[in-house]
Amino acid sequence: MTSKVLEFERPIVELEGKIRELKLLSSGSQEMAEEIERLEEKARQLQRERFAALTPWEQVQLAKHPDRPYTLDYLAEIATEFLELRGDRAYADDPAIVAGMCRIGGRPVLTLGHQKGRNTKENLFRNFGMARPEGYRKAQRMFRMAEQFHLPLLAFIDTAGAYPGIGAEERGQSEAIATCLEVLSTLRVPTISVVIGEGGSGGALAIGLTDRILMLEHAVYSVISPRGCASILWKDPEAEQAAATQLKLTAHDVHRLGICDEVVPEAPGGAHRGLASTAANLREALQRHLGELDGLLARGTDALLAARYDKFRRIGHVERVAGA
Amino acid sequence: MAWWRRKKEALDKDSTQAKVSIPKGLWSKCESCGEITYTDELIQNLRVCPVCGHHGTMPTAERIAATLDAGTWQEHDTELRSGDPLGFFDSQHYKDRIEKAVRSSGATEAFRSGVGDIDGVPVSIGFFAFEFMGGSMGSVVGEKVTRVFERALELSRPAVVLSASGGARMQEGVLSLMQMAKTSAARARLRERGLPYISVVLHPTTGGVAASFATLGDIIFAEPKALVGFAGPRVIQQTIGQELPKGFQRAEFLLEHGIIDRIASRHELKEQIATLLRMMTGLPAKAPPPEAAEAEAASAEASPAP
Repeated sequence: MTSKVLEFERPIVELEGKIRELKLLSSGSQEMAEEIERLEEKARQLQRERFAALTPWEQVQLAKHPDRPYTLDYLAEIATEFLELRGDRAYADDPAIVAGMCRIGGRPVLTLGHQKGRNTKENLFRNFGMARPEGYRKAQRMFRMAEQFHLPLLAFIDTAGAYPGIGAEERGQSEAIATCLEVLSTLRVPTISVVIGEGGSGGALAIGLTDRILMLEHAVYSVISPRGCASILWKDPEAEQAAATQLKLTAHDVHRLGICDEVVPEAPGGAHRGLASTAANLREALQRHLGELDGLLARGTDALLAARYDKFRRIGHVERVAGA
Repeated sequence: MAWWRRKKEALDKDSTQAKVSIPKGLWSKCESCGEITYTDELIQNLRVCPVCGHHGTMPTAERIAATLDAGTWQEHDTELRSGDPLGFFDSQHYKDRIEKAVRSSGATEAFRSGVGDIDGVPVSIGFFAFEFMGGSMGSVVGEKVTRVFERALELSRPAVVLSASGGARMQEGVLSLMQMAKTSAARARLRERGLPYISVVLHPTTGGVAASFATLGDIIFAEPKALVGFAGPRVIQQTIGQELPKGFQRAEFLLEHGIIDRIASRHELKEQIATLLRMMTGLPAKAPPPEAAEAEAASAEASPAP
């Protein structure tokens, strides 16, 4: 049941509400049943049309929709035997990143991901999914453990960014993120990341230097939040809609730019309106990519590492002038 | 007698151009203590205030000249230029911003890469040009940084990067973000080969550059009072809604918190980098008196390569 409705979702949700009322009133007459069916088809069509024409700003709103499923929601759907493992063994456990072992399709996997809270209390505990250095150091522990026990690594990305705070800087936020990148770049097991909501800057990428990068249909991946970008380049945070458009941050844009390997379709109306079918799509994609990476690994770990290096080596747009 | 006093002609030709672009003021006022110094004298003193020791902004050309031995700098990758992959437009087109930056800075991009010698030690080296769009890292900067590491591998030399950057360049969006991944992966290859990488963080270094190769040095140097951090102070202040402690994110703070190895003044930096690199690569120590230099060079040649 939806608790928050975005502006562009409203007509659809209202129509659905009317259909529900009508169902309650209807006494099972044939005429009513036909009318309900007609309205249901109309609601589906409305949703299809509206979601086919989402602006980048609306995609951003969907990516951070308060009802959107989070890492643990997907794990509950696609994994069995998930056991959380905690702590960086040095300073603290950071609940903004959850990690653990689980099985997907019977296969043991090391998994981790940013975790947002569902309400104020949870969000205070999870720090709104914005990790501190200890979160990234816990992640490094998990990366190394995946390698040690030959477990593929699956990372769920969903954060507005790494936390900007005094303590985070004191404990080396930059180094924590940078080391995640370096460790991932040479990790000798197959790695997959999937952006399930917000892919916010370095705090997202820290767990995303992986063999495959998947994105859910309404997820976004960006170098800076549209609001941050707007306040710097437009000198006006309210220009965030324009910034969202310019940043080319939607899943399809990021796919076109050669970064995202596959856009995974969500339930009609977004993952928050159909967790089960979205998770089923994700599971299918994950297992397919894992299978491909297994094939690569069969040719030797070096082949896997070379392919990963090349994947990131190629990303970017560089022009050359003659005679310089 | 100070080693950094070099003859004018030792500056490479680009640095002469950069000097021309400096406001023609005969005198310069220290940003920190307000002392007035002859600009020429200040440049001779590596733009360090002779009274309070404040390290003023140093144009990249002067930085290159102050870091490498005279006549050893060979710039590479000068053919690389930024495109406009996103067609980015805010108040102006990204292409126009780049053109303006080229005109005002005299550089072609926010990073210059090449090879040279630091106190006799050959290195693959790169310098951020903060005067070019705040040293921001887009695809070209990422490519050049990556090449610094790859060239070090190719030539079996140490890598040195001097960073001064506001972070990833927004106008290339997520492509800029991914340069953090690309450069860090290249840096990892150096570690696997056992080649040293020294990172020097200059004022200011934040965002995507701080959170990738700049903090991945085997050894990390900072200049006095350089501001280095993941998030900029303004962002942190807005987030937490309280005053930041004095000296927050400055080099001295970083040293205290174990984030960097050393703070070195501009007059010490070159020599200290070279001293460490010699130890890290099995080269003999440098003999201080000039008469001994020849004998030293001969024995260095005789010793086996690392």
